[in-house]
Formats: sequence, C-alpha cells, structure tokens
Amino acid sequence: MYVSQFGVLAAVLFAIGVYGILVRRNGILVLMSVELILNSVNINLVAFGALRDTIAGEVFALFVITVAAAEVGVGLAIVLLIYRNRRSVDLSEVDLMKG
Amino acid sequence: MIFSAMVAQNVAFWVIAVAMLYAGLRVVTTRNVVHAALYLVVVLAGAAALFLLLGSEFVGITQVLIYIGAIIVLFLFGIMLTRAPMGKEKSLDHPRKLPALLAAVIVGGVTIYSVLDYFGDEQLPRESRTTTREVADSIFSEYIIAFEAVSVLLLAALIGAIVVARKE
Amino acid sequence: MFAAEATEGIFQASGWFLENAWLVPAFPALSFLVILFFGKRFPKGGSEVGIAAVAMSFVFAVATGIQWISQVNSAGDDAAVDAVSSTWTWWVNGGIEFNIGTLVDGLAVVLIFVVTTVSLLVHVYSTDYVAGDSRYTHFFAFLSLFTAAMLFFVLSENTLQMIVGWELVGVCSFVLIGHWWEEKPNSDAALKAFLTNRVGDIGLLIGVAVLFFAADQTFSVLEINKMAISGEISHLALLVGACALTAAVISKSGQFFLHTWLPDAMAGPTPVSALIHAATMVVAGVYLIARLYGVFFEGFSIAGSSVNLLAIIGGLTTLVGASLAFVQRDIKKVLAYSTISQLGYMVLALGVGAWTAAIFHLFTHAFFKACLFLGSGSVSHAVHSFDMKSDMGGLRRWMPHTYKTFVIASVALAGIPPLAGFWSKDEILAGTGGWGLAGGTGGNGAYLVILIMGLATAALTAAYMTRCVYLTFFGEFRGHGTPHESGPRIIVPLWILAVLAIVAGWINLPKGFQLVPEGWTERFGHYVEPTADYFPSIAHAKPSWTLAVVSTLVALGGIAVAARYYFGRVRAESPMATEVGRGWTKRSRLASAGHTLLAKKYYLDHLYTGVIAGGVKGPIAKAAYKFNQEGIDKVVNAAGEKSVQAGHVVYDIIDQKVVDGIVNSSGVAPHLAGEEMRKMQTGKVQSYAGIVFVAAALLAIVFILVL
Repeated sequence: MYVSQFGVLAAVLFAIGVYGILVRRNGILVLMSVELILNSVNINLVAFGALRDTIAGEVFALFVITVAAAEVGVGLAIVLLIYRNRRSVDLSEVDLMKG
Repeated sequence: MIFSAMVAQNVAFWVIAVAMLYAGLRVVTTRNVVHAALYLVVVLAGAAALFLLLGSEFVGITQVLIYIGAIIVLFLFGIMLTRAPMGKEKSLDHPRKLPALLAAVIVGGVTIYSVLDYFGDEQLPRESRTTTREVADSIFSEYIIAFEAVSVLLLAALIGAIVVARKE
Repeated sequence: MFAAEATEGIFQASGWFLENAWLVPAFPALSFLVILFFGKRFPKGGSEVGIAAVAMSFVFAVATGIQWISQVNSAGDDAAVDAVSSTWTWWVNGGIEFNIGTLVDGLAVVLIFVVTTVSLLVHVYSTDYVAGDSRYTHFFAFLSLFTAAMLFFVLSENTLQMIVGWELVGVCSFVLIGHWWEEKPNSDAALKAFLTNRVGDIGLLIGVAVLFFAADQTFSVLEINKMAISGEISHLALLVGACALTAAVISKSGQFFLHTWLPDAMAGPTPVSALIHAATMVVAGVYLIARLYGVFFEGFSIAGSSVNLLAIIGGLTTLVGASLAFVQRDIKKVLAYSTISQLGYMVLALGVGAWTAAIFHLFTHAFFKACLFLGSGSVSHAVHSFDMKSDMGGLRRWMPHTYKTFVIASVALAGIPPLAGFWSKDEILAGTGGWGLAGGTGGNGAYLVILIMGLATAALTAAYMTRCVYLTFFGEFRGHGTPHESGPRIIVPLWILAVLAIVAGWINLPKGFQLVPEGWTERFGHYVEPTADYFPSIAHAKPSWTLAVVSTLVALGGIAVAARYYFGRVRAESPMATEVGRGWTKRSRLASAGHTLLAKKYYLDHLYTGVIAGGVKGPIAKAAYKFNQEGIDKVVNAAGEKSVQAGHVVYDIIDQKVVDGIVNSSGVAPHLAGEEMRKMQTGKVQSYAGIVFVAAALLAIVFILVL
C-alpha cells in the first residue's frame, strides 16, 4: 500500500468536513463535520506513524480521540444552551459578533 | 503469498475508502439530521477498519469504543434534546453553497497536492503491527505529561459542559 | 555573615555577582509569590516583604555594579571588556537551543541600579500613599512582580527572553493602571495602554523573528550584535528588523503617534506612574535600542547621515510632548507629556548615534522625573486632586519639603547647570553633530534639524515646568480645606531623589571640564559604554562650550518668558488667577486655534477612535451611517473637530475648496476602507471559519511555492 492512499483519503475527508462546517446551519451538524476533520487527521497520524515505524503516531491519535470526546461534550453543551435561549440551533441566527 | 496479501489489503482499503467517502459526503449533504449521525457511524467505523489495516489494534478498538459507542450516542441525545425534526428538513444548509465548496476545494486541493508531492510512491512497510503493550509503555513513560494534561482537560471539559448546560 | 576578607574576595577576584545576576530579579519574584499567597497574614499587609526583597535586590545590584567597575579597572584603559553572560539551556526543540540567562555589562548595571533604586523608594513611598487602600496587599504584590519583570528584562541574555520580560512588564502596567478599576476611566485607561502596546508588540515579534533567521538562528543578543556589526547579516534584513523593533519602541516608550496611552496611564496610582510610567518601564524601548544597538546602528546607517527614522521619531516626539505639556490642567499629565518628550530625547540621541548620552539621560531622567511624580503625588495627597487650576496654588507655604524637592527636580529637568538634566541633555545636543555645521566637531553625522528640534524642546521644557511650578506652588490656594505636608515616608524618598537629581549628572562631566581632575570626567561613559566587539564603533562628539552656553540660555529664556507671564502678569491680575483674563489666546484667533489644537492633543485620539476605530467597527460608532445619509459635513465630524476649527481659522487664508478637498479625501479614504472591512464582520462564526480555512490554505500554497 502507498502511504499517499491514506494521505489523499484523509485530505478528501478533511475537505468534506470543511465544506460541512461552512455550509451547515444546524449546530449539531457542524459538530459532526468537525468530527470528520478530526478523523481524517487521525488517519494521517496513524498512517505516518506506520510509515516511519514510530509509536508516536498512534499515541497522538489516541490523544486526539480523547480531546475530540471533550470537544463534543462542551460543544453539545453550548448548542443546548443556544437552543434553550433561542429555541433554535440555527447558527446563522447567532451573530452577536456582527460588526 | 505475500503478493496476494498485498492485493487483499489494497482491495480492503479501496472498499473502505469508497464507503467512507460516500458516507462522509452524505453526512454533509443529507437533509435528515438523524441520518447524518448514522452516516457518521459509517465513516468512524471505516476509520477504525483502516486503523486495523495499518496494524494499530488499540487505536482501532478505542475508535469503536469512544467514537461509535460514546460520541455518536452523545450526538443522538443532542439531536433529541434540541428537538430537531426527525424527518427531512429543507433549511439545514445555507442557501449560498458555492463559497463553501470553493473553500473546501482549495483546502483539499492544497492538501492532496502536498501529500502526493511529498510522499509520492513511498510504500508502507508490509508488516507494521504495534501491540497494546507498546502503546501503554509509551503513554506511561514518554508521554506521561501529555497524558496527565489530557486527563485534566477531560475533567475541565466535564465540569465545563455541566456548568454550561445546566439550568440556572 | 561573611568574614571581611571573604567579602573582599568575592568583590574583587571572582566576579561572583556578575555571574549570579539572576539573583537580582529572583528576590522580587519570590516576594511577589509570598505577598500574593500570604501577604494578608503579615502585620503590614505584605509591604514589608516587598520592601525587604527590593532592598536585597538593590544591595545585589550595587554589588554587581562595584564588581563591574573593578572588572573594567583591572582590564586597563584601552582593553575591551567583554560582557559577562551566564546561560542555561531552557529547552531544546528541533536542534535549536533556547537559552535563559543573564547578560551583565555596563548598560545592564546602570539599568538594574536605576530600577532597584527607584523601586525601593517607590515601595517606601507607597506604604504611606496607598495606606488604607482595599487592595493594599495586591498593590505591593504587583509592584514586586513589576520590579522582577523589569530586572529580568534588562538582564536578558537573548531576544526571546526579552519578549517575555517585555510582555510581563506590560501586564504589570495594565494591572497597576487599573488598580482602581471600579471607576470606568481607570479601567479604560488600562485597556488603552494594553491595546496600544499590543500594536507595537507585533513589531517586536516580527523584529525578533527576522533577526533570529537573519542571524543564523540565534536569539543571543551578543551574537546578533556581533553579526550585525561584522556585516554577516544583510543590510536589508537589518533595516527590516530595526524598523519592526522601532514599532515596538514607539508603543512601549510612548513615541509619537502611539504616545496617547501614556497620559491616560496616569489614571493609576501616582507611585506607579513614577516607577513604571516615568522611570523604568517606558524606557524599556530605549533600552531595547541600546541593547541591540548594532542592529539599529547598521540598519539605519546612523553614521554619516543626517536623518533617519529613529532620530525623526525622537525629534517629533520630543517636540509634540513638550508642546502638549503646556495646556494640561492635570499636574500628572504635564509630567506625563514631559516624560514623552524626554523619552523622545533619548530615542533621538540613539538615532543620532549618541549612545552614551541617551543612556546617561535615561539615568538622570529616572531620578528627577520620579521625584517630580512622587512630588505631584504628595501634593495630590494634600489637596485630594490633580487639577492644578482649580485645586492648587500657593502650596509652598504648607508643603515646604515637597515644594523644594519639586523645584529642584524641575530645574534639573529644565536643564540648568549644574543639575543632572543639564549634563545629559547637553551631551545629547552635542551628540547630534548638528553643531558641526556651525563650527563644532565630532558626532556620527550632521543632524542639524534634530539639533534644532532638541533646542526648541529645551526652551519649551523650561517654560512648561515654570508654569507647572507656578500653578502648583505660587499664587493663592484655590482648593478647599487646609493642605498639609506629607509624612516622612513620602518626604524622605523625595529628598533622596532630589539629591540624586542634583548630583547624578556629575558622574559624566564632559572631557576638558577644568574644575575637576582629568580622571573624573566621563566616568559614566567609561564604565557603561561597551568596548567589546558586540558594540558598533560609534564616534564621540566633542563637547562644545558654545553649545552648552546656548542651550543654557535657551532654557533660561524659556523660564524667563513663562515667569514673566505667570509671575508677572498673571499674579498682577490676581493671586488666584491661573491665566491672564484677556490673554494672547483670547485675542488672536490663530493663537486660540493653536491652543485648541494642543488641548485636543493634536486630535490623535480623535483620529484613532473616531476615524480608524469608528470606521472599522462601523455601526457601533454610527459615524459611518451618518456619512452615507448626510454627506460631507458629517465626514468633517468623523475626521474630528479639527477640520471644522482649523477650517474656520484658515478660511480666509486658503481657498475653501482646497481645504474641503483635503478634509474630504482624508475622511473618505479610511471610511471606505472601514466600510469594506465591515462587510467581513458578519458576526457569523462560519464565515469567519471560512476565512480562516482559505487563509490557511493560501498560506500553505505560499509555503509550497517557496520551499
């Protein structure tokens, strides 16, 4: 197997995740797209770890999984809060930072 | 023998990859929130399979346990708690999709180009298995500080999520 | 304790204090932690810990200084004395070692002496000044932290460490300006100071990064200087690095056009103003230039030129500061603008290559300006106000000690011999080399314009200090109640500083000064100016007696004009008066416009908040919308009242269309830019995310193309 197979697959998944983050209005769906991106990064980490025969890739993939779990927890809590305040999870309505 | 193993690996990779890409696309295009979560399961399972293919058992198993076991459930709870409609919904996306598509294409294009440019046709080693013991050894010796930091982070996230989400 | 001979040994043979200079900042750093965690348990609320720690630092700083002097002495007259640097590896990353350490040479010795001296006096002073404050302990904790951070900064061995110290003093400044944050203006001032400084910090980061790569991946100050001088770094890299660092200097040292935070910083307690915003932190920028002088000297080609960025900025700052000091009612703001003006002098001196003069001026200025600030604090302690016009006057009767020390420091600032300010200022003026065009000698170039700016400032300085002294201490008391002299913990530091303001100048008497033995002249320059190869070979201007007489006469002239106005006409009108009823500004429209221009601080704040910030943030300032609806008149408003008033004054002189055209275009350009930038601020997280993604991808493309 070529390592670039994994690299390209990860890159495409990453791009799909970017598209999802930018185009989705539902907060939960945006979080899902973030998960796509994190997974593509994990694939890269493990593949490069295998290529260079080092354990660091796997270890960091594990850390990324852990951090992703924390991120989803906090992210969903925020989405819930937005929902409770506005009865909607539409991110395009949340524009308090508008200049 | 070796040749056929390589073929088998390649076939497995392409099957998994195609499934992942299709499911990934569906995650960001489907009109049904619950379906999106289920497609996400496919992507995550595909990633777990890839980890196994690369000989990283522990990461693969963790992927299944944490992602599919916990995070997806969390998503489903989130969907229910925010009372998203269970059926199809038209307004899930922004009306203007072109700029987002453009951004995704630019990002993806740059990444793909640099991967191909840098790695070219480098082969992965045929036999690259790592055991759970090695992973554990490494985490608890070389990466012990990062490990502790992550545990503090989890605690902080736990407290943070409770503080943010609880009703006053 | 040490036996006598052991002490002797430590002092002379080993250079122990030079190698262990890290102890100097260590004491206050420790005391910061102690006060922060246990301060309230101490009987005096932690202040005794702070004083003890700073006193220890002071002792160590003096010991370091003595060892440095003996080191220079033992090296002989013309031998090069290398700086003592001790480093430890902080961490290693990718094969690059990041060090932490101390670098002690004459410059660092001067700075640690100044910082510990002023800090010690300010600590003592503060025990009285902030007594009874609800955050007394907190105040001392941060004074300690500030002292530690500043000492850490001046002893930095590499530029990375300098960034750490630089940011730390910035944070302390922020915290201490906002010490009384319950009142909105104070927290606003703290924010303004912090944000304005961030603008320059970007310059610092860029500068350090440029020098790091240009100097073959080293952060070491000595290495960078050596490479810059020996020509191993290309001139372009030096120029870029020096320009970026100059941006940092402009914001930190209150140089012209980012000086506006410094007067506002006076919202902090007065001891803080004396320590941070007069004597130490604000000279960090000057110190930065002096420390990396090889970079600036070569980058700006200071030798043999007649104008450069540093000199121009310094010259403008010194003039702008001095002229603005005239119209302030608040005594601390007079001093703040005066500080800006004097910092301008230092930068100007560095810009013309008069390195020693700049550091000497930094040294003397620290004492007399700290004395002035502490004096103003003593006054405000008595009358509970900083407003000279409505709450002061005639205070010399009630506050003799404050009066005497204030006058001594004012005269020192005005540059009247034989007080400290005269010697350092005169050296700067001589160092411009501008006098060379009129028959003098020496200097690195021929900075005639800069010399004229310096002389003009000398006159202005003398005049505004005369005004300040009159309004505060002469005439009749205009406030309420009966003022009283402050206690000994305030008076004693004042007198110590006043004495230093007199004698500090004598340690660098010019060569050929006949009244003292030959070996007594230029001691400061001899011990402070580096002789080793990390310092550029700068030319030294010969002192000119004519120039000294001229600058003294100019200063005396400034005093005379102001004194004639205040002690003569104003007092003749009424002892209560603060200005002549039908004065100059009332009769002449041009003069009154000038006064308004000064009172509005050259409209720089209007420019920043009204035009730039308002234009960018759009609807919040509403100015942008008004423009769309109501047209040109409102642009004039948005550009500041300046246009209106200035427009009126010059109405008859310049064709109205020309004025309008300039005003319009000056308002329209930033406005349009602001409108465009506003559209990006949609408030939607996803559009920001999109921008981030695309920007990151574009950066990646750049990297791919370049690497």
